[in-house]
Amino acid sequence: MAASMTTSAPTAVRRESRLRENIRLVLSYALLFLIALVFLYPFVLAISTSFKTLPEINERPVALIPQTFTLEGYQRMFALNVGRWAFNSFFIAATVTISNVLFSALAGYSLTRIAFPGSRFVFLAIIGTMMIPGIVQLIPMFIVLKTLGMIDSYTGLIIPKMVTAFGIFLMAQFFEAIPREIEEAARIDGAGRFRMFFQIVLPLARPAIVALVIFSFQGSWNEFMHPLIVITTNQDLYTLPLGLAFLRGGLGQNLQWNALLAGSMLTTVPMAMIFFFFQRYFIEGISYSGVKG
Amino acid sequence: MATGIKQQDRQDAIAGWLFMTPALFLFAFFVFIPIFFAVYFSFTDWNGISPPTEARFIGAENFRVLLLEDGIRRADFFKALKNTAYFSLGVVPMQTALALLLAVVVNQRRLRFKGFFRTAYYFPSITSSIAISMLFLFLYQRNGLVNQVLQTITFGLWQPIAWMADPRGLFHIIFGWFGLTLETAPDWMRANVLSLPVWDWISGPSVALMGIMLLNTWTTIGTMMVIFLAALQDVPREVYEAAEIDGANGRQIFFSVTLPLLRPTLFFVVTLGLIGTFQVFDQVYVMSAGGPAKTTLTVAYLVYRNGFTNSQMGLAAAIALLLFIIIFTLTLVQRRITEGKKE
Repeated sequence: MAASMTTSAPTAVRRESRLRENIRLVLSYALLFLIALVFLYPFVLAISTSFKTLPEINERPVALIPQTFTLEGYQRMFALNVGRWAFNSFFIAATVTISNVLFSALAGYSLTRIAFPGSRFVFLAIIGTMMIPGIVQLIPMFIVLKTLGMIDSYTGLIIPKMVTAFGIFLMAQFFEAIPREIEEAARIDGAGRFRMFFQIVLPLARPAIVALVIFSFQGSWNEFMHPLIVITTNQDLYTLPLGLAFLRGGLGQNLQWNALLAGSMLTTVPMAMIFFFFQRYFIEGISYSGVKG
Repeated sequence: MATGIKQQDRQDAIAGWLFMTPALFLFAFFVFIPIFFAVYFSFTDWNGISPPTEARFIGAENFRVLLLEDGIRRADFFKALKNTAYFSLGVVPMQTALALLLAVVVNQRRLRFKGFFRTAYYFPSITSSIAISMLFLFLYQRNGLVNQVLQTITFGLWQPIAWMADPRGLFHIIFGWFGLTLETAPDWMRANVLSLPVWDWISGPSVALMGIMLLNTWTTIGTMMVIFLAALQDVPREVYEAAEIDGANGRQIFFSVTLPLLRPTLFFVVTLGLIGTFQVFDQVYVMSAGGPAKTTLTVAYLVYRNGFTNSQMGLAAAIALLLFIIIFTLTLVQRRITEGKKE
């Protein structure tokens, strides 16, 4: 197809292809901005609606600016103990994240850098569990927690999540890439495994740790299924997603949208802020957990 | 010297197991042992309330009821399987194709604001599924944003619908345009296959289920786009330049250069999509609780409903086990297909 315009007038050809490329670029921008709007506008509308009065929401559910600005929705949420749920969410996410990073790093180091007898088998057994879908683990998890008496408790919410196969996998991947000579030098200096790990290898693994911190925190903060089966009666132990789902209640009720969306925003905004500050690490994390995996 | 090395090996073995201890302990208690429990309990009549020790062993009864016996439990299981299959068949191709398209567009060399677009598209992926479901429930109301936008872009032709309360199947709606309804359907369409009428099998996803499908696509596109982008950036520029010199146009470059290079990533993304869609739960829990008319009842939700609301934990464990087998098989089949195409 390019044959007709090859040799005769090179400048004209170049101009034409330039023009084509520019048209394509303009169309790309139009498409990309439109899609960005589709992704972001719902959040903007939700924030605005959380500050509206109920009659106004019923009358004009798509209006962007509230006619009467009210904190009614947020007041209702705080009357419902949303502060406690937020504290629970944060406390659980923080605890789970710290322990997951520490235990995953220890395990990942041990499995890749110390060729102890049985390490290969243990590694495969742990990585293999990544194949088991979460919903399939739901009932076994419940059976164990019930047997151990951990239903309706912080321990039930936290302890089972203190290490993840994904975390071990991520750390192992990273440790694998660190040259062995670094440790050899330390060994000659008489350093033991603990010192090698904490003083030499761990500081080098900063990028992997940052990625794991973000994944862990985000996963725990947004987690729904696990708290749903662990917390059966004690509403003081609700996390934000669990509390929200509870408020949603039975179907077909007259929903108080300003309160529900206020709750949704209280759940979303902290994560959004972390995202905007650390987005580089989010993106890096997802890319090397995915493709290189 | 030799004894020194031996001693070092022993120290390493001790350190190795010591470092593993916390992880192994947690895995043993909350993953490995529970898996055996789960298999065992799928052969019992445990209700989930009484102590697990009181569960009665009933052989393969749960599996017989789910797969062989004509009745409500088999009907529900296959209804859930059907809904989940429609969900997956709709969402996986849609999210994969859109994510790939966006990645290719965003990856253009001369494009600016790349960071902004990437952030905007990825943003929904980091938010709570429950909060997002709540938000979409609001948007899907009869006078909500989705209907209003559809009305605007169709110049008022679109009739507002209450998305999450609408049990009509997509294919049923289309059949209706050609005058085919349950009343006019031939007799064989009313016959039961696996406790479900043929007419029901070919319903297509209901409007309510499509609502959840759109939401699911919307939240996962970003993650998959980022994965594609990372893979695209690994493709050396020279490969494209060589193709351009050979006179290939944009579409040819995409299908003969980009796509083959992305095959491993494509496999990864489709696997993620399959596993994810076969477990869809949170959105169903918040937005529809399986209704209307059980058209959003998914397998994952059926597991939860049987185990935790209907007190049939043994039956639920059996469904979960079947679900695991299904997901595992699908992944293998999909791997076979992707690898087969390589030759």
